Amino acid sequence: MKALIEWIDKRIPMTNTMRLHVTQYPAPKNFNFWYLMGSLALVVLVNQIVTGIWLTMNYTPSAEDAFRSVEYIMRDVEYGWLLRYMHSTGASAFFVVVYLHMMRGLMYGSYQKPRELLWVFGMLIFLVLMAEAFMGYILPWGQMSYWGAQVIISLFGAIPYVGDALTTWIRGDYVISGATLNRFFALHVIALPLVLVILVFLHLIALHEVGSNNPDGVEVKRKKGSIPKEEQSKFEFHERYTSKYDIVDSIPFHPYYTVKDLVGLAGFLILFAAVIFFAPTMGGYFLEPPNFEIANPMKTPEHIAPVWYFTPFYAILRAVPIKLLGVILMFASIVFLFLIPWIDRAKVRSTRYRSGFHKANLTQFVISFIVLGYLGVQPAEGIYVLLAQIFTFLYFAFFVFLWFYSKNEKTKPLPERLTK
Amino acid sequence: MSNAPVDKGRRRFLTVGTSVVGAIGAVGAAVPFIASWNPSAKARIAGAPVEVKIDKVEPGQLVRAEWRGSPVWVVRRTPEMLASLDTTNDQVRDPQSEKPQQPEYAQNQHRSRNPEWFIAVGICTHLGCSPTFMPENFATADGVESGFFCPCHGSRFDIAGRVFKSVPAPSNLVIPPHYFIDDATVLIGEDGGNA
Repeated sequence: MKALIEWIDKRIPMTNTMRLHVTQYPAPKNFNFWYLMGSLALVVLVNQIVTGIWLTMNYTPSAEDAFRSVEYIMRDVEYGWLLRYMHSTGASAFFVVVYLHMMRGLMYGSYQKPRELLWVFGMLIFLVLMAEAFMGYILPWGQMSYWGAQVIISLFGAIPYVGDALTTWIRGDYVISGATLNRFFALHVIALPLVLVILVFLHLIALHEVGSNNPDGVEVKRKKGSIPKEEQSKFEFHERYTSKYDIVDSIPFHPYYTVKDLVGLAGFLILFAAVIFFAPTMGGYFLEPPNFEIANPMKTPEHIAPVWYFTPFYAILRAVPIKLLGVILMFASIVFLFLIPWIDRAKVRSTRYRSGFHKANLTQFVISFIVLGYLGVQPAEGIYVLLAQIFTFLYFAFFVFLWFYSKNEKTKPLPERLTK
Repeated sequence: MSNAPVDKGRRRFLTVGTSVVGAIGAVGAAVPFIASWNPSAKARIAGAPVEVKIDKVEPGQLVRAEWRGSPVWVVRRTPEMLASLDTTNDQVRDPQSEKPQQPEYAQNQHRSRNPEWFIAVGICTHLGCSPTFMPENFATADGVESGFFCPCHGSRFDIAGRVFKSVPAPSNLVIPPHYFIDDATVLIGEDGGNA
């Protein structure tokens, strides 16, 4: 065995990579619940890829057969129903853990210097994930697949001059048709997953270069020679880290966080399985009722609402009675998230040590996001339109306020070392 | 390796030259990949005109046809419906149909060749849903009983497909080219040469 490992290590850096990124990778010792989401997202990604491959084995990507082949998977293929529900529930679970993961980043200032690129890669993953989910939702070719695609693709028609030509080019037809379905299938099963996996790889590379932030937002990698030997972490870390820094309050990723993540995974899988077995449609929020009816280009469903994870952005789109402006605001709501490392000019990361005003601002942002998500599934009439306008304003106000007060924010003193 | 002195000018010329030629090649190679997303010959042919029989349509009734994969409405308007257009004139964005959303012969208050018959593509100009025909209880103003309401984002159109102010849709419904072959048949998709 030892000889085999030596033989491999002479040819690829296996043992060294393990030490560098797993067994001797230093991670702050105070990770809490919020730090489970990253590894859970990875598990869900694997779930989506594996169940997705199995679904393509029985799915037929054509306007004539797509709907029927999904029914075939549900009724005639052995365990087809399970594979499909794992995939559809996995899509929603992906957004649950990713939204919580992003929330963690906002709470603890994990996007601040030097983790700007880490955040940007994360946002790119979020963007590709939305495209992936949108294209996947078209594949069953139900009423919601069809009309949802119609609405989202028409967004590009708002672009002046080239809009109409662009939407025809995206659809490959004058309306959503089999041509659209086939190309979205290709993008959904090959192109975007490939991009997603590459981005996840870059996200992890960026993470391991700068190291994790933590709930206190205090660096655990200190200047070489600044910490007396007896106060440094007692564990053995890879020389790549210890040669450059003195490391405090850290533990190796394996076995400490692998075991913690496994406990989190067990809890997650209990909830995940409960949804798959007892509420796979989640009362119409994970799989919408009109999608159990085959796509009909002649008849729009009474009420079109996107799947829950798009509703906050959809509510922003509808809040403005001018088409182009609505589209611009919707895209801006994501662009602002990309820019948050530069909008937030504070030097203190964690909300634990930031001003009450920042805590209030972040709280109102989260509330606005959730309320917009609720408004996105309601019809666009009466009081709902006014509420959508108010909360769209508050959503953007978060960024504007943040930019102004963060420069000279009154923060609490940071602790010298990590707290409990 | 030879010890000949480096001719930097020559090296730069070759580097730039190779890069430019390579870039042009890359652009050329991208053309088939991008162009293959355009509608295929088959999809373009599917835009053929369709005939709709209208002799059995009652006043106030809407019938649907499919043209180019989109729903097309044919509405036989009642005199009350036509009268409501005078009321909505100052509530709509583009009462004179100045935007090119219709053939020339439909650029009038009733937006059709024949005032009685309203023919339009039933796709909302906001984000492409198909609005609901409301022959009564439309109620945006006194005396306006009928129109079209888009359930997706709340856009409203009057009975000539003219968009109301302060709704998300930016322009009037599209009127397809059409002409009456005889009293019982309308052809959608062609002007009949007498436009």
